[in-house]
Amino acid sequence: MQEKILELIENNSRLTPEQIAVMLGIKEEEVCAEIKKMEENQTIAGYMAIIDWEKTKKETVTALIEVKVTPQRGLGFDKIAERIYQYPEVKSVYLMSGGYDLCVIVEGKTMKDVALFVSQRLALLDSVISTATHFVLKKYKDHGIIFNGKSKDERAAIWL
Amino acid sequence: MIDTLINQRVKSIQPSGIRKFFDIVSQMKDVISLGVGEPDFLTPWHVRDEAIYQLEKGRTTYTSNSGLLELRQEICHYLYNQYELKYNPNDEVLITVGASEAIDLAIRAVIEPGDEVLIPEPSYVSYSPCVILAGGTPVAIRTTEETEFRLTAEDVEECITPRSKILILPYPNNPTGAIMEKDDLKAIVDVLKKHNILIVSDEIYSELTYGTKHVSIASFEEVYDQTLVINGFSKAFAMTGWRLGYAAGPKSLIAVMTKIHQYAIMCTPTISQYAAIEALRNGMENVRCMVEEYDRRRKLLVHGFRKMGLDCFEPKGAFYVFPSIKSLGLSSEEFCDKLLYEAKVAVVPGNAFGKCGEGHVRISYAYSVETLEKALERIGEFVQKYKK
Repeated sequence: MQEKILELIENNSRLTPEQIAVMLGIKEEEVCAEIKKMEENQTIAGYMAIIDWEKTKKETVTALIEVKVTPQRGLGFDKIAERIYQYPEVKSVYLMSGGYDLCVIVEGKTMKDVALFVSQRLALLDSVISTATHFVLKKYKDHGIIFNGKSKDERAAIWL
Repeated sequence: MIDTLINQRVKSIQPSGIRKFFDIVSQMKDVISLGVGEPDFLTPWHVRDEAIYQLEKGRTTYTSNSGLLELRQEICHYLYNQYELKYNPNDEVLITVGASEAIDLAIRAVIEPGDEVLIPEPSYVSYSPCVILAGGTPVAIRTTEETEFRLTAEDVEECITPRSKILILPYPNNPTGAIMEKDDLKAIVDVLKKHNILIVSDEIYSELTYGTKHVSIASFEEVYDQTLVINGFSKAFAMTGWRLGYAAGPKSLIAVMTKIHQYAIMCTPTISQYAAIEALRNGMENVRCMVEEYDRRRKLLVHGFRKMGLDCFEPKGAFYVFPSIKSLGLSSEEFCDKLLYEAKVAVVPGNAFGKCGEGHVRISYAYSVETLEKALERIGEFVQKYKK
């Protein structure tokens, strides 16, 4: 049942407990209790809105940085990952298989901001061997949502 | 001048009285419409992609009259896997332009002037006109909320006359959302096996059932030889615009239907047939996801209407709810009219689907949860106003 609730709110975190309860055929109190439990044990790690910043006046740039590092004995990649994800400008950090180790997604106001972060913070960390920075030029789809993807309902208003 | 040339049977079919209502709806602004009988999902991308690929390959010529053999084979696999129905793809399946064409063909293949066709009501609007055009007489069998709009054996038996040639079996049902379970069908089977009557089982909503799996009447051996199964891709695979359906049944009937189809239609669109093959081969997971989503919306609506104090039986199929508005003292058409003007929500009056649909309205949940919630709010305020 927890997974059913999670599937629903992953797509729409604004569903009310009543709506979730009706859709799943369980009691509202049960939904509230399950959600509370999952918030406490951090299965639900947070709630966010998916924003197309291009539609606003705010200037932001996003970069994906491939980072190669030397794993540390006994700590593996966790320690270096932690040193990277503590920076607030870092939005995501993933450990990867393949050609590099950490995928770091950084957001800044300008390209210069991001460049400075890479050259003066990230590249200087002891275990970091190399970095390759790719700037995002356009976001087409994020977290499963296609930006500008909502098309008008073209169906006739009434169809028997 | 031309008027005098027009066929009398065509003339006798009156355009639906609610046509005017539809015209108004389409011209009004800010209306939330819950009036549509087709999925809100687009055809899954893998199906569209396959169709594009086939176009690139130049699949632009006719197919055989019956449709691509490959598609007929896939359909036979599907009917066997899903509903335990055995058909020979070579001569027991015909691909048609939507399930609609299959209905028309079946009726034209069988009906002589004066023959009767039994049609449960409320039901989809095309059966009666097809019967009239073929010179037959539609005979309505009333179904009611008391039996959850299921067809009962007694009612069928009562309507059978020596002139009865076809029974239409439209379940899961549009507009009521009613289904027929195995026991319900068994009772009908016991009546029909004694008569020389063709069962035309329109199973276009067969994938859209909730909490119970669809059973086809053709799975009863006693009536297998007198049943024509009609289905298609519109509802289950969200492929309405591709216009693709099929009929499966006794070889001799399929042969006659193919004869009409061959002269009237030639063959269904080739590209749609290739898309349908892809849908059957790789689309079942998508169907499952859509059904799950419909089920959630269905529960939201039933809950919503009951909360308003309206009687709403729980539909177990299709994507409609059919609440009763009798407690408000309005007719179906009055309700829909007022709801449109005062609350800006468009729904379909139940009497559009036959007289016994009076007192109900059809509400489609082929809409997003957000749209449904907004509509429920508006309907709720409206109902509050008229409640006595």
